[in-house]
Amino acid sequence: MKRVPKRTSVDMSVDLARINLESPVFTASGCAAAGKELDQFIDITSIGAVVTKSVMLNPRSGRATPRMAETPSGMLNGIGLQGPGIDEFIANDLSWLSQKGAKTIVSIAGNNVEEFGKVADKLRDIPGVVGIEVNISCPNVENRGQVFACNPNAAADVINTVRRNVSASMPLFAKLSPDVTDITEIARAVVKAGADGLSVINTLLGMVIDIDTLKPKLSGKTGGLSGPAIRPVAIRCVYQIRKALPEIPIIGMGGIRNGRDAVEFFAAGANAVSVGTTVFNDPEACVRIHDEIAEILQEKGLRSIRDIVNVAHN
Amino acid sequence: MPIVHKGTVVDNKKVGSYFVLTATAADMPKEFKPGNFVAVAIGDERSSLILRRAFSIYQVNDRGVYGGTVDIVVSPHGPGTDYIASLKRNDPINLVGPLGKPFSLPKDPVPCVLVGGGYGAAPLFTLAEALTARGCRVDFILGASTQEKLFGMLEARRISTTLSVTTDDGTSGQMGRVTDVLPDVITKSNAAVVYACGPMQMLKAVSEVALLHGIVSQTSVEESMACGIGVCMTCVLPVIGDDGITRMLRSCVDGPAFRGDKVRWDQVGQIPADTWGAPSEGTH
Repeated sequence: MKRVPKRTSVDMSVDLARINLESPVFTASGCAAAGKELDQFIDITSIGAVVTKSVMLNPRSGRATPRMAETPSGMLNGIGLQGPGIDEFIANDLSWLSQKGAKTIVSIAGNNVEEFGKVADKLRDIPGVVGIEVNISCPNVENRGQVFACNPNAAADVINTVRRNVSASMPLFAKLSPDVTDITEIARAVVKAGADGLSVINTLLGMVIDIDTLKPKLSGKTGGLSGPAIRPVAIRCVYQIRKALPEIPIIGMGGIRNGRDAVEFFAAGANAVSVGTTVFNDPEACVRIHDEIAEILQEKGLRSIRDIVNVAHN
Repeated sequence: MPIVHKGTVVDNKKVGSYFVLTATAADMPKEFKPGNFVAVAIGDERSSLILRRAFSIYQVNDRGVYGGTVDIVVSPHGPGTDYIASLKRNDPINLVGPLGKPFSLPKDPVPCVLVGGGYGAAPLFTLAEALTARGCRVDFILGASTQEKLFGMLEARRISTTLSVTTDDGTSGQMGRVTDVLPDVITKSNAAVVYACGPMQMLKAVSEVALLHGIVSQTSVEESMACGIGVCMTCVLPVIGDDGITRMLRSCVDGPAFRGDKVRWDQVGQIPADTWGAPSEGTH
């Protein structure tokens, strides 16, 4: 039996940058492929949204193995954005998701500003796509590999270009990197450039050394750190951005393992959450966490998920 | 369909260098086919080790006193496998399975050679039963570095026409590698298929021998996985498709059993330059 959320008297629906969703719990990009595998365990249409693995313009093999190292309460990964390219993704993955009736937020990536625009343009008028998450944490091939998300101008350039290549009504979320001095500076820049919301946070750049070979364990040397180990960093980022931008919709993510963790994000200012690495441990996590949030709200005597958003600021 | 099962340990006994762990598994045995695996969680929901460990299913029982159970073979060699090896009867254990594509079985009752390296032999016993049920002759080869790392000798002898054993140090059977005896076993049994499970270097060598004899090999690979269900993309290896194009396939859902002649063994751990979507300008 595929798991679905339990019935609850708590209103779990959210309105996020013009999208109405029945649950505030989403998958996280890169931790759910395009939903099909998880649909064996949970009804993929019963969660808030499926955020798909970042897709680029062309097919991509990704990096050599090892691509992964386990770390205390987390993991380091360097997959290298393996994927089928946008055309095959639309033909196979998005058509499956739309046929199922899933709400999909498509994560897009690019090697340069122009590629982001081209990928976004392909997503016009595709059924089931309720939003686009722009993964600006990739290296800019045209600027010595500097990560877009680490520079306000480069980040804004990408969002601006994507904005011009999608319909005015398509909600755009910029996914921010925590590896910056002041995340609110990047947040302000991408919102000014046309982002309707923010996804906070992407992985932290890390490294693990294999003590047998005394070399970096991942083939790409560095990788993205995720899992509960990074949760306090993510909570801090959500809190700071909420303070700086009181109205901007925020999807919070980073190490959510249970309902209590998710509630921290809502209180810090998130309007919805994505569950990533925990899905590797528990394929039912998105539905389980939805249920756990509802239980916690009920215990607190709250009627709606919206009643807990931002309360850490009051 | 695979399930998430919050089960309990029924038994965990030391066998040579390994532990054979039996766990309750609800309906998993009904869905099971030889070659499937389970992904086992390390610790409880507060554990600092988040990633599951994958194990070939060694045996299943769908109507024991505990309901359905599965057996796995654990070789303790790190914090995760040490934890599983330390589990006692009645301890909780969380399993996801059955996962992965099963071994392909031949349509006709042809002779088959099964080659197991160390605890890699685990999935071969249910396979042998399935092959025998189809009327296939089964010949077994078990190899390991040393005697106590051999697994399943008695059982292999029971279900096979012949059993050959090799160890690197000569403590049991013939001193040497499984591929030292494989050509002779293939010839004598007139084998049409070789099944193998064990270390990557052994699988590569076995598939080369099979190729030389013009017969099919099915190799079950062991790549490190984070999820086991196809979403993390860490367990990939270069495999040639029916269209002749090499792709980085996930060993958890596209495998773990692959045709030996389709795996680019020399480039496991690399991205061959002609792989679908391979980097053209070092942009990965």
